[in-house]
Parts: sequence; C-alpha cells; structure tokens
Amino acid sequence: MISIEGLHKAFGSNAVLRGVNLAVGRGESIVIIGGSGTGKSVLLKCILGLVRPDRGRITVDGAPATVPASDAMLAHFGMLFQGGALFDSLPVWQNVAFRLLRGSLKRPKDEARAIAIEKLRRVGLGATVADLFPAELSGGMQKRVGLARAIAADPQIIFIDEPTAGLDPIMAGVINELIREIVVEMGATAMTITHDMSSVRAIADSVAMLHDGVIRWSGPIAELDMTPDPYVQQFIHGRAEGPIAAIR
Amino acid sequence: MTEAILAPVASLGRAVLLALAAIGRIAIFAAQVLGHLLRPPFYAREFGLALLQIGWFSLPVVGMTAVFTGGALALQIYAGGARFSAESVVPSIVAIGMTRELGPVLGGLMVAARVASSIAAEIGTMKVTEQIDALTTLSTNPLKYLVVPRVLAATLAVPVLVAAGDSIGIMGGWLVGITRLDFNSATYLKNTADFLEAWDVGSGLVKGAVFGFIIALMGCYHGMHSGRGAQGVGAATKSAVVAASVLILAANYLLTELFFST
Ligand SMILES: Nc1ncnc2c1ncn2[C@@H]1O[C@H](COP(=O)(O)OP(=O)(O)O)[C@@H](O)[C@H]1O
Ligand SMILES: [Mg+2]
Repeated sequence: MISIEGLHKAFGSNAVLRGVNLAVGRGESIVIIGGSGTGKSVLLKCILGLVRPDRGRITVDGAPATVPASDAMLAHFGMLFQGGALFDSLPVWQNVAFRLLRGSLKRPKDEARAIAIEKLRRVGLGATVADLFPAELSGGMQKRVGLARAIAADPQIIFIDEPTAGLDPIMAGVINELIREIVVEMGATAMTITHDMSSVRAIADSVAMLHDGVIRWSGPIAELDMTPDPYVQQFIHGRAEGPIAAIR
Repeated sequence: MTEAILAPVASLGRAVLLALAAIGRIAIFAAQVLGHLLRPPFYAREFGLALLQIGWFSLPVVGMTAVFTGGALALQIYAGGARFSAESVVPSIVAIGMTRELGPVLGGLMVAARVASSIAAEIGTMKVTEQIDALTTLSTNPLKYLVVPRVLAATLAVPVLVAAGDSIGIMGGWLVGITRLDFNSATYLKNTADFLEAWDVGSGLVKGAVFGFIIALMGCYHGMHSGRGAQGVGAATKSAVVAASVLILAANYLLTELFFST
C-alpha cells in the first residue's frame, strides 16, 4: 500500500532521514518507534506531501507521492496530528466535518453535521460537545475530536502522530484501545508513530524502529521482544545504557 | 590587509543579496495569491469574516486617527497661513491634505498596526500548531482558504476606511475651525466643497486599495513563513508590521509621483 525507498531529508546541516526503506501492506497497522527528534514526524510529512524529500521514492497504492499531494490521494487519507491541530475558530462539529463541508466531498450541512455527530459518538464523545470550541476541551477530548476528524471521510489510510503525547496513562490506554478498534473495524491501513511502548503493544501489527535516519529494525509485533538487536532492546526497556546515546 | 578592506563590502553585498532574495520570495507569494484569487473554490464565509475583522472593527481606530489629525492640521495651516494673511486657505488645504495624503497614509499605517499583526499572529500560530498542515491534509489549500479571503477583504475594505477617515478628518478640521479659529460654519463647508476635486479623493482611495493589499499580504506572508515556537510567531508578527509600514510609505511616495508629479 505504501512503499518508501531510499528516502533522504535534511534541514540545512541536520540530516534527519538518511535512506529510509519501508513497505506497509494493505490493512496493516504499523507502528514506527524511535526517540524524540529522530524524524518520525518528518517521515509522515514526506508521505503526505507536506515536506519535500531530498531524494528517494514514495508510492502510495502504486502512485508516486507528489509535493503537494494530489487531491485524489488526500481524499483517502486521514491524519491525527500530535497536538490535535484542531481549528480553534470553528466549533467541534465543523472541525470533524471539515472535508464534508467543502471541496469534492461537500454535502448538505445537516447531513455533514449528522455524520460529525456519529463520528464523535464513535470516539466516545456525546452530541453536547459538537457546538463547543476546541479551546473548551481537555487534552484527551481534543485527541478524540482529532481522531473523529481523521476518520470523518472514511479514509483508507490513517496516519497518527504521537496519540498519547501529553495524556495521563489511563487516558492514553483508552485512546490506544480506541485507535485499535477503529483501525480494525474500518479495515484501514494505519501508520502510527510514537515513543510510547503501551501504544506499540495496543496498536501494532508490525513495528519499525527509526534510528539515525534509517529503519534500524522492522518486523511483526510478536518478534519485537525476541529480537537481539541492542537498539530495539534498549528502547523497549527504556535503559539509559546501550548503543543509543542518552543525550541528543 | 585587502580582506580587512573588503569585509564591509562583502557584508554589505550579502545584505543586499538577502534583501533581493526576500523581495523575490514576496513577489512569488503575491503572484501565487493573485493566481488563486482567479480560480475557484472561493471561500465566502472566510471572506465575510475577514471583511468584518479588517474593515468594520478598524473603523474606530481610523476614525480617531482622522479626527485628531484633521484638527491639528487646521491649527497648523491657520498658523502658517497667518504669516501671509491667508488664513482662508484652511478649509481647502485641510481637505486636500486629508484626502490625498494623511487619510490614506495614516489610515493605512493604523490598519497595518492593527491588522497585519493580528493576521501574522493568527496564521503563524496556525502554522506552529500544525493547523496549516492539517488544512492541506483535509484537501484545502491554505493559500485559498486563509490568504486569498484576507487579501481580498483588505484590498476592498481599506479604501472604504480611507473614505470614512477623509470625511471624519475634514470634520475634525471644521470642528476646530468653527470653535477655535472663528470660521463661519457655512463658509467653511462651502470652501471645502468648492476646492475639493474628485481626483483628490479618488487618488487617496486608490492608495488605500494598494495599502490594503500590502497589509494583508505582509501579514499572511510572514505568518505562513513563521519560525517554530512562540518566538517564531513573535518575530513573524513584528516583521509583518515593520514590512507593511515601510512598504506603505514607499508605495505612497511612488503613487504620489505617478499621480501628481508633472
Ligand atoms: N520544518 C523544519 N525545519 C527545520 N528542522 C525541522 C523541521 N521539521 C523538523 N525538523 C527537525 O527534524 C528533526 C526531526 O523532527 P521530528 O520528525 O519532528 O521528530 P520526531 O521523531 O520527534 O517526530 C528534529 O531535529 C527537528 O528539529
Ligand atoms: Mg513528532
């Protein structure tokens, strides 16, 4: 579904991605792990055409990704951003129904609102939040609204950036479970990036570890604990000693 | 030795090149905005909100600026005119000064302070909180959705603000004229109407449209290119106001040359 070959991206002298190779199958839920600042978000943004890669090939469903991405491609994508990235000038329901209110997927307002309320219900929010503004919501609720917006147009591919960042462990667990359920029931291909091991175990079919600009290790979730790779071992056990420098 | 002599030249050269590069980027941005202006989709709701924000809510600021400026102008022209026993020129010079220069320029600068800053801060914040990226992933072009409505609204609203400012400024002059300078009210107004030509007002409105375009373009450009974090947004806001103000004054000179130099 998504294939990445030899992807390079540098910001000035900061070479973030240095030859990333990765293939994601249709309907697979892959989780990309790696320390903060290793370029996980940059990788997602390259696929979405938000950042122009220096070198390398990205194809989505056989078609090469462009910068900016084509409308046809974006119509099948949903993305949950790290901070939610809700539009604070719009009420919650209009955030969720954003794509349904304009552009090629436009439909009557009542219908868009009904879909938005249904999606909000799916992520565990009542109809009462529909008319609130994003600033009136807690962090966990903002994440849920962001997720509802990502799935509003029933995408085939969902990208999720740090779903649990800034949430307490209980809320993190709830969000992880919600993501897993939604990905399974929609049959979508999902790519989640995180440094939170609880998300990995809840969401992943397969795992890839990004380190030093390349995919250091990748494989099914079942093999994650068995791999002898010292980088993976250090990361999943959160050890201070190991090949990964603690100061970055 | 030669290096020491050349160093200032080199740094001057670098500064010039950087400035040229910035002008080039802004020109490309302006061309993109104009291109999007002509192609659908058009976001009517965003345009309406921008019109309200930029036009309607700037009225008090522009009105206050105009009334005090018109009043001060009347006092100065009276004092200056008295040196030639030509106090009677007050109404006509106040009117010409307000409509040709002070209305558009001071109005433009006040709107730049109010609007370029708020546009840059709003769009800059959207940029650093990934809302601009989110727009793109939701199949909405940020230039079309955020920039075009604001630029169009400012280009249309600022001339209207200038027209309001002109009238209020002339009224300020009249108020001072009849209360402090013992002009007769009817004579003052007749004098104003007789001497003021359509192009005095028209040229000021054209200036207003150009200034409005500059204000919104600078706000949007610096917001869209905001650096990361709160500091980035702060710097973008400052740059937007400075660039808009300087460009307004420069454009005012060029337009005045174009319109009035013989
Ligand atoms: N637009 C940008 N301009 C300059 N540097 C950037 C930009 N985006 C990301 N970076 C840099 O790229 C590196 C990776 O960032 P990111 O992908 O956000 O990390 P993470 O893995 O935590 O998501 C960081 O060092 C960051 O400073
Ligand atoms: Mg990140």
